[in-house]
Amino acid sequence: MRESIIMKIHYGTALAAVALVAVHILMRLTQGFAESLQYDSVITNYKFLPYAGMLEIILILLSIHGFNGLRVILLELKQGRAYEKAVSYGCIVAIIALIVYGSRTIIMVNTGMM
Amino acid sequence: MALTSGLAENSPLSSFQLITLRIARYNPEHDSAKTFMEFQIQYEKWTTVLEAILEVKKYFDHSVAVRYSCRQATCGSCGMIINGKPRLACFTKISELNSNIITVEPMNNFPIIRDLAVKFERLFDTHHKIKPYLIHDDNEITKDTKEFLQSPEELEQYIQFSNCIKCGLCNSACPTMATDSSFVGPQALAQAYRYVADSRDKGKDNRLKIIDDSHGIWRCHFAGSCSQVCPKGVDPAMGIQLLRGYMLGFRS
Amino acid sequence: MTNQDEHKEGIGGMINPRRYGVERVAYLLMRLSGLGLLAYFIGHIYETSTILKGQVGWNEFLELTQTNAGHAILAIVIAMCVFHTVNGIRVMLGHGGIGVGKPARPDYPYTPASQNIRHKIGIYSAIILAAIAMMYGLTVMFGE
Repeated sequence: MRESIIMKIHYGTALAAVALVAVHILMRLTQGFAESLQYDSVITNYKFLPYAGMLEIILILLSIHGFNGLRVILLELKQGRAYEKAVSYGCIVAIIALIVYGSRTIIMVNTGMM
Repeated sequence: MALTSGLAENSPLSSFQLITLRIARYNPEHDSAKTFMEFQIQYEKWTTVLEAILEVKKYFDHSVAVRYSCRQATCGSCGMIINGKPRLACFTKISELNSNIITVEPMNNFPIIRDLAVKFERLFDTHHKIKPYLIHDDNEITKDTKEFLQSPEELEQYIQFSNCIKCGLCNSACPTMATDSSFVGPQALAQAYRYVADSRDKGKDNRLKIIDDSHGIWRCHFAGSCSQVCPKGVDPAMGIQLLRGYMLGFRS
Repeated sequence: MTNQDEHKEGIGGMINPRRYGVERVAYLLMRLSGLGLLAYFIGHIYETSTILKGQVGWNEFLELTQTNAGHAILAIVIAMCVFHTVNGIRVMLGHGGIGVGKPARPDYPYTPASQNIRHKIGIYSAIILAAIAMMYGLTVMFGE
């Protein structure tokens, strides 16, 4: 993939994440910070499908943005064909792993499989 | 070692002062690390760092290696780190540094030949890589006009960037260049903009493709250090962001 | 060719914020906040997965975070998040060529148009907003 496409995705995920994370934080504040973290409150949030969907989108956006940012820093720190391939593929694996791990929580709580 | 020069000692009108000039000495062929030699140099308010170094070569140690030519910020030869920042030695007056100790070192991010002289091969390679010439399908000799007309407004779009003297100070100050050996660098990227913005040039797509790789334009993070050290007011950071504007669809 | 041969400044030069003004400070803070936020994000994903262990598991982990140290870390995360967002928007606009000035014949002494007051205000705003958000976060967390 061309670097310009990767960086457009980087910027796009950042802008989308800003809007959705703002909603995520506002939910904590409007419900009362401590109350919103209580077990029952969290379960209720997860079971509300639009909110669970939003969490899933945030998970995908921030995983891509975060690990691509890490890839950029690592590529600038050291060079070499093998190293750069390892960094790029390593970041792709990390993105997938984090999305799978986070999705597992969202899906299992949302569907009551816990 | 501290030696004192006799600069201007015979002039009755002189109002010279003394500074300590610390010169980095390093020969990669037989030295394991950089060392510093100190010299006491007399200077007037108009004395440049290059003149002080040449004073050392003249009276104390002719083996100090330094590259220079025009002495008027035109040839781009005498770039070096002066008191921690990349500067042209011929364009930096000792009096403006406000320090009694002047430390001169070779430019960072360039391989050292010896002492203050560094290799420019990589800078010239990356400069060449972005095709620093007009790309045009028409042959002006066969055209009736025999010239490419350009309005003053079109000229303004790139003329600032054609002031580049390839001194390498921008590459020396760049934080990405500090660790990334493959980065194209601010000098070449600013020159890519200079040609892309030229209304006579038709090589935009070609150049944008060249700089669109994992060590190309996207490794610039707009820290702006390149523009702060440019001795010719080129403002490479501006050129790079304007160039990226084409790639992000903000400019056409 | 090794780092020594290339005479590269290295990580020390890259992270040194003292020589080139507030823009270089912003560059460093952007990197540090990005790395910090990624670390927090990974931790947050793990933290929230404890809910799968039921109420006991969730409360156990919640207790760990509801400490003074936990609140302080969260306050720093809030500051990093706000700085990274505001400065990120500034940098993104700059990357598009917006607010970086127009090419013009330079006059001595050369002041780079790209390092203009708009961007400096953007950087200081990011720092101030991050501090305010952190203070607000501390008030909310320690107030309850």
